[in-house]
Amino acid sequence: MPELIIDGQPLRVAQGTTVAAALMSAGDRCSRTSVSGQRRAPLCGMGICQECRVNVDGLRRLACQTLCRDGMHVETRP
Amino acid sequence: MSRPVDLLIIGAGPAGMAAALAAAPSGINIALLDDNPVPGGQIWRDGPQAQLPGLANDMRAQLARHPNIHLHSACKVVALAGHKRLLLEDPERGWLLSYHKLILCTGARERLLPFPGWTLPGVTGAGGLQALIKGGLSVEGERVVVAGTGPLLLASAATARKNGARIVRVAEQAGPGAVGRFAMGLWQWPNKAIQALTLFSGAYRIAAHVVEALGSDRLEAVRIQMGERVEEVACERLACGFSLVPNVEVAKALGCEVRDQAIVVDNWQASTLTDHYAAGECTGFGGSELALVEGRIAGLVAIDRQDQARALWPQRERWQRFADRLNRAFALDPALKRLAAPDTLVCRCEDVAYASLVEHGTWSAAKLNTRCGMGACQGRICSTAAQTLFGWEPPVLRPPFSPARIATLACLDEAEPAA
Amino acid sequence: MQGNVADVIIVGGGIIGAACADELASHGLRVLVLDCQRPAATAAGMGHLVVLDHSPAELALGEYSVRAWRELAPQLPDDCAMRNNGTLWLACNEEEMAEAERKHLALNAYGLTCELMSGAELAAVEPSLRSGLSGALRVKGDGILYAPNAARWLLQRRPEQVRQQRAEVVEVQGHRVRLKTGEWLHATAVVLANGIYARDLCADLPLQAKKGHLLITDRYPAQITHTLVELGYVTSAHKGNGPSVAFNVQQRPTGQLFVGSSRQFDNHDPEVDAAMLGRMLRRAIEFLPDLGQMNGIRSWTGFRSASPDGQPLVGEHPLQPGLWLAVGHEGLGVTTAPGTARLLAAQLLGLPPPPSLQAHLDAYLPQRFIGAHAHA
Repeated sequence: MPELIIDGQPLRVAQGTTVAAALMSAGDRCSRTSVSGQRRAPLCGMGICQECRVNVDGLRRLACQTLCRDGMHVETRP
Repeated sequence: MSRPVDLLIIGAGPAGMAAALAAAPSGINIALLDDNPVPGGQIWRDGPQAQLPGLANDMRAQLARHPNIHLHSACKVVALAGHKRLLLEDPERGWLLSYHKLILCTGARERLLPFPGWTLPGVTGAGGLQALIKGGLSVEGERVVVAGTGPLLLASAATARKNGARIVRVAEQAGPGAVGRFAMGLWQWPNKAIQALTLFSGAYRIAAHVVEALGSDRLEAVRIQMGERVEEVACERLACGFSLVPNVEVAKALGCEVRDQAIVVDNWQASTLTDHYAAGECTGFGGSELALVEGRIAGLVAIDRQDQARALWPQRERWQRFADRLNRAFALDPALKRLAAPDTLVCRCEDVAYASLVEHGTWSAAKLNTRCGMGACQGRICSTAAQTLFGWEPPVLRPPFSPARIATLACLDEAEPAA
Repeated sequence: MQGNVADVIIVGGGIIGAACADELASHGLRVLVLDCQRPAATAAGMGHLVVLDHSPAELALGEYSVRAWRELAPQLPDDCAMRNNGTLWLACNEEEMAEAERKHLALNAYGLTCELMSGAELAAVEPSLRSGLSGALRVKGDGILYAPNAARWLLQRRPEQVRQQRAEVVEVQGHRVRLKTGEWLHATAVVLANGIYARDLCADLPLQAKKGHLLITDRYPAQITHTLVELGYVTSAHKGNGPSVAFNVQQRPTGQLFVGSSRQFDNHDPEVDAAMLGRMLRRAIEFLPDLGQMNGIRSWTGFRSASPDGQPLVGEHPLQPGLWLAVGHEGLGVTTAPGTARLLAAQLLGLPPPPSLQAHLDAYLPQRFIGAHAHA
């Protein structure tokens, strides 16, 4: 079961869990802050809406299309 | 620079997998791309809380058994790079790939319409919630409202319930006539859908739609209109979507004819562009059975097995009739176009409100004056909504077709110069 | 004979048309701005307020205009996103550093605040840049602006004087225009301020389209302060007629990086040219190594309208009395909008031009290209 770090907090998840699913159970359960300051969470779940853009180990990725890996660092407020 | 592939298939859902497996016995070089980490598309999305049918697992196993099928997961098409050449990107690198024949199996996405509160955390698409649950989202003990339109609502509610959610309401906007027609056709659907309908008969409402999502930082309740009445339902999640829209961006960019937002294909699954085929939801909604047979036909045609392809036409015809009946059933109530309040955001990427948009006559004018559609989703969410709300024609995308690393895009310096 | 719909009709509601409308209105004129809502240069461009010095006339017009923008800044609404962040002209080698020094002297002599920076000083001020650059010239008065909103604001801030109408002009004859609907509109004067599309209305305009590409990234934490431009930009702009790219990047207040630039001549295809886009981005990564890992979300093209000598045409058409021109700004439309507007108004109303532009008036006059006295 991989353990990833979301906004500095560790979280252990089942193998094959997407980063989107993981961050929806951690912290404020949101993936990003909108241009007017609203917190947003994954919406479409299929790589279209871009609401789940997060930083994964320094790269901007879509959380719903990224699988959690052990030691992965995810930031929802980069 | 890679060697050209004989056959490039974009999308590894049922259609794409069927196409690859149909073409593989010929021994030609096949590249199968999918932007998800694992093949299966939406309906066969894998994950810790997914339950794949036997056929899906079989097909994935078969893919692995053909050495001439090269599966590129987490891989997306970023741009056109000349004649029969595409720029691709995966998490590690960007690269150019040439092909001789192409089969587009790009599937469909949900239509999401704006209503007050739809940007609250806790609100997702209906297919969106299903995808997130399959990917490991826990909904144990949560109260869920499923709303919008189409058979996808029942599938989504079933997945949520199976994973411990309490379905407090399923609000289908279509009226009794439409839903009756759908129910009459249900006998042809997989058993699960029938079970779902009976399971939720207590919670199921027709001619009902969400008018507002309530909450401060997160969703706390929704208001649902049913006739003259508005009920307020406390819940943790709202899964709301309004049918599916084919993903036709790459097809349009290539120059394939697209009509009513679906790729136009003939009996051979051939698009209007030579050596380019399309199969599955991107040619129009039809469900996985239709996608499988369309994919198989396209794969056979790509290896010049026309006779074998033609033998599948009756099967395709049968599933097409069923799909047509479904498509007619779920027309959208015009009230759904008027749900947005003046301050309801329509473009979620750039936070552009309904009031700013409504004065413009075309998508182009709206974009010019408000930055709507200039964000990361490149208008996929908001231009699809705008088509329903205002009748505006969605744009043709320029590169990148989705956000891509600059280092990837720089690879285009090896693309053919424009004519 | 129809009555006048306004004192002045302006064709084109981009930054030039908007600035001219506002200036004329400030003198009490009634102005009608006709715009067909076609996305054009103001919508496409980088909004870089930059003083160039290819000629004394260019330097004068740019210095005056950028100063005017800075003076206007306190009144501009937030969504015009004006920043006085300065430009850094980057030198990659000794030859370019010599150009930086020449430019330093020229701008300094004109009274612009600018300073030369060594490679080390440059690295300290813009750590995102690759190491090994020779140095830079920093021009402090330059800035950036979100031009579409600035144009919109200029067009609506004197509503008693400035009217806007969505309309397509298909013909001009002196001081009257014909709309696509067939209707003729009359005024005392008509001003063409519609960039490259002015050629459609006036065949003798010596304007050449120069296609440019741009790309914008997703939002990232602030890392770049100035607008960064390679001095090769200057040399490439004048190096023959082949397609070329040059590094030009700014970080928008949104956190998005705005990446340019490219030049293609006599190309009217609005489609993004994949190879040119690739070349432009390859060049950008050479200057900003970390840029490679950032996501680009959108690319687009725009058409600069260039005159044969690189200066705009501002003044009355020598062969069509009543028809005035404010076109041919190439990449300096946003920069020189205020100065263009003042020059046009001065000529139209018989007022003295801004003193610093007085010596250069002939350099902008249309008759240098058009009519009996043309010398091009």
